[in-house]
Amino acid sequence: MAKKEAIEVEGVVKEALPNAMFRVDLPNGHQVLAHASGKIRLHFIRILPGDRVLVELSPYDLTRGRITYRFR
Amino acid sequence: MPIVLKSKEEIALMREAGRAVAQVLEILRKEIKPGLVGKKLDDIVRREFARRQVTPTFLGYQGYPARVCVSVNDEVVHGIPNSRPVQDGDVVSIDLGATYKGFVGDAAITVCVGQVSPAAARLVQITEEALWEGIRAARAGSRLGQVSAAVQAHAEQNGFSVVREYVGHGIGREMHEEPQVPNFGRPEQGPLLQKGMVLAIEPMVTAGDWRTKRDSDNWTVRTLDGSLAAHFEHTIAITEDEAEVLTLP
Repeated sequence: MAKKEAIEVEGVVKEALPNAMFRVDLPNGHQVLAHASGKIRLHFIRILPGDRVLVELSPYDLTRGRITYRFR
Repeated sequence: MPIVLKSKEEIALMREAGRAVAQVLEILRKEIKPGLVGKKLDDIVRREFARRQVTPTFLGYQGYPARVCVSVNDEVVHGIPNSRPVQDGDVVSIDLGATYKGFVGDAAITVCVGQVSPAAARLVQITEEALWEGIRAARAGSRLGQVSAAVQAHAEQNGFSVVREYVGHGIGREMHEEPQVPNFGRPEQGPLLQKGMVLAIEPMVTAGDWRTKRDSDNWTVRTLDGSLAAHFEHTIAITEDEAEVLTLP
């Protein structure tokens, strides 16, 4: 029986990169390059290394995602 | 959740679970002919599993109501056996899981009913080949991504698409364990494979687009564009050499 792929996963920001990009560590040991979603940019939510965030993974490329939420 | 490695003894139990799955799948394959209803397959599984002293892993799994998944034509996976008779020309995927002494075996085959179109027959053949490409790529020291990439390459080089929203999985005491085993990706991605890992590799290949939707029963997954889909699966144990297929009769 096939497993539904986790499209949204929680991760921890490892490194802030230019252009609102971040390197995020996922609980399954993967690392993804994620950009901040438009909403997060619009509301000027700061994302710093160490923050717990919700990452939406791309079905096209497993190493890319977008950050949709920062947990406080 | 880390990837759980299995000992030689545990793999021996998984081999027994896998053998029961493979034997019963062969029985089901012979049953599938025009007029058969999916529910009949479920009855056969009940009888044959009882005889082999294994329990149906799917029954009750997150509320799944049957022992086997029967997915016809544009249904990709997780079809619930119903009372609709299969017809000449249908492409039927059957997916089966058994638990033996706490360990799970999981496998699937796709069967062509009577006379199917050449395009459908080719889809089924390529999907099975893609599974074996994946199995060949799975050995200790390789990356999981090499398995995914091998499956994807074989399907796409033949003009088909691989489903991305559902993936294969690690397997052991639980049916779904880490890692996820996607049917797409790049060879440098994913964890390194080690001896003792047990994986269920399951290409889901479509003749059209890879996008899927779920029926209102919340289980049946079908292609969004209505194109045909095929599905094959084996449970394999990683060794230093070629992987051992555990779901063989």
